[in-house]
Amino acid sequence: MAPDYAKEVLEGSPRAVARLISWLEDEDERAYPCMEALHPHTGKAYIIGITGSPGAGKSTLTDKVTFAFRQRGLTVGIVAIDPSSPFTGGAVLGDRIRMSRFSVDPGVYIRSMATRGFLGGLARATGDVVRVLDAFGKDVIIIETVGVGQDEVDVIRIADATCLVLVPGLGDAIQSMKAGVMEIADVFAINKADRPGADQLAAEVVSRIELDNQFKPKEWMPPVVKTIAVEDQGVDALMAAFDAHREYLESSGKFIERRKERVREETLRMIHDELFRVIRDALVSNGRLDGLVHEIMEHKRNPYAIMRETVSRWLRASCER
Amino acid sequence: MASNRKIKMVLAKPGLDGHDRGAKLLARIFAEAGMEVVYTGLRQTPEMIVETALQEDADVIGLSSLSGVHNYFFPRIVEVMKEKGLTDVLVVGGGIIPTEDVPFLKQSGIAEIFGPGTPTNDIVDFIRGNARQRD
Repeated sequence: MAPDYAKEVLEGSPRAVARLISWLEDEDERAYPCMEALHPHTGKAYIIGITGSPGAGKSTLTDKVTFAFRQRGLTVGIVAIDPSSPFTGGAVLGDRIRMSRFSVDPGVYIRSMATRGFLGGLARATGDVVRVLDAFGKDVIIIETVGVGQDEVDVIRIADATCLVLVPGLGDAIQSMKAGVMEIADVFAINKADRPGADQLAAEVVSRIELDNQFKPKEWMPPVVKTIAVEDQGVDALMAAFDAHREYLESSGKFIERRKERVREETLRMIHDELFRVIRDALVSNGRLDGLVHEIMEHKRNPYAIMRETVSRWLRASCER
Repeated sequence: MASNRKIKMVLAKPGLDGHDRGAKLLARIFAEAGMEVVYTGLRQTPEMIVETALQEDADVIGLSSLSGVHNYFFPRIVEVMKEKGLTDVLVVGGGIIPTEDVPFLKQSGIAEIFGPGTPTNDIVDFIRGNARQRD
């Protein structure tokens, strides 16, 4: 009989949390009933996303922000994501190195995850892992994304507040004008602010925010905070920025609105993933897919017709059932 | 069953030992072998290492020691693991460890000790062959 990890998670077992997260990472179906049982206990945690380019200081800032929340007496869950090798599937997960001081703090739970080929800056199971830590009772959950480039923005689909960490020296003003990652921040941290170019970078980011506001007036103007994380500088200002943003979310009703939008997207995505999995497994297991591939390669049939036919056959079959 | 299962390893440097070139190289080698390797960084206490392995749901703990503290730290880590209920996690060690210490360490619950010059394939094969099968 499978262990009842949901019950153990609610009773406060870190081991059950660890095991359940592994099931989620492995897409093990035994995780589903546990997640169903945990659902009524989710939705309480405040979720922060910390994203930015590799080496920008995300892990160090995560450590400092975690310390600040601990000072306030809040418990913290951390999901730290690093990339998997596209060739071997292996990964070196090094984010914990900067957070060593919390290893034996029972108020902090840290889990490293590898992307396992999932794009968008997160691991596939990130949302589920956040829910487990939420049900486990963590007050704040911090998601540290992989080092991102310009377009990995999935963290905004999970986080209540997203902090983009920038560092000087990575390009001129054109970079701060582009679409993508520059648009998703609720709070900007200009880290390593003692380096040359930090003031200019901060000014460019502020000017982008102001220009965006002229095109389309914003209710929330993202604060730009200069930090030197390794020296603990600017962390108070960063915390104040998170507090102000949360206050805005709650007073404007956006908190619920954003979460509602997220549940909507996620429910659709889950249905999509499950539907895909069922059809894929059926096609692969009876060898039908190989036959179809052969026919397409030989130009006997085309993939568009096959796609329409497969989907309509499945829908018919499930209606008749 | 899920096909996405990977061997998860926590690689740790216990005690006051400032040298981790070897540990970093091994982290790369295990990742090349398809494992997910959490590197803890330097100067870890037994409690920190075991708590990390617990939260990360590690299948294997790899300990690296170059400073002569293995006879205290390695058995102590196994002890803390028992206290925390991590009885199904494989522990292996390596570094500068005199051969006469090996029997004592194995008796204390370290599955294998890999000294300098061990072909890295041997370490990978040992871990693959002995890491727990997840339930």
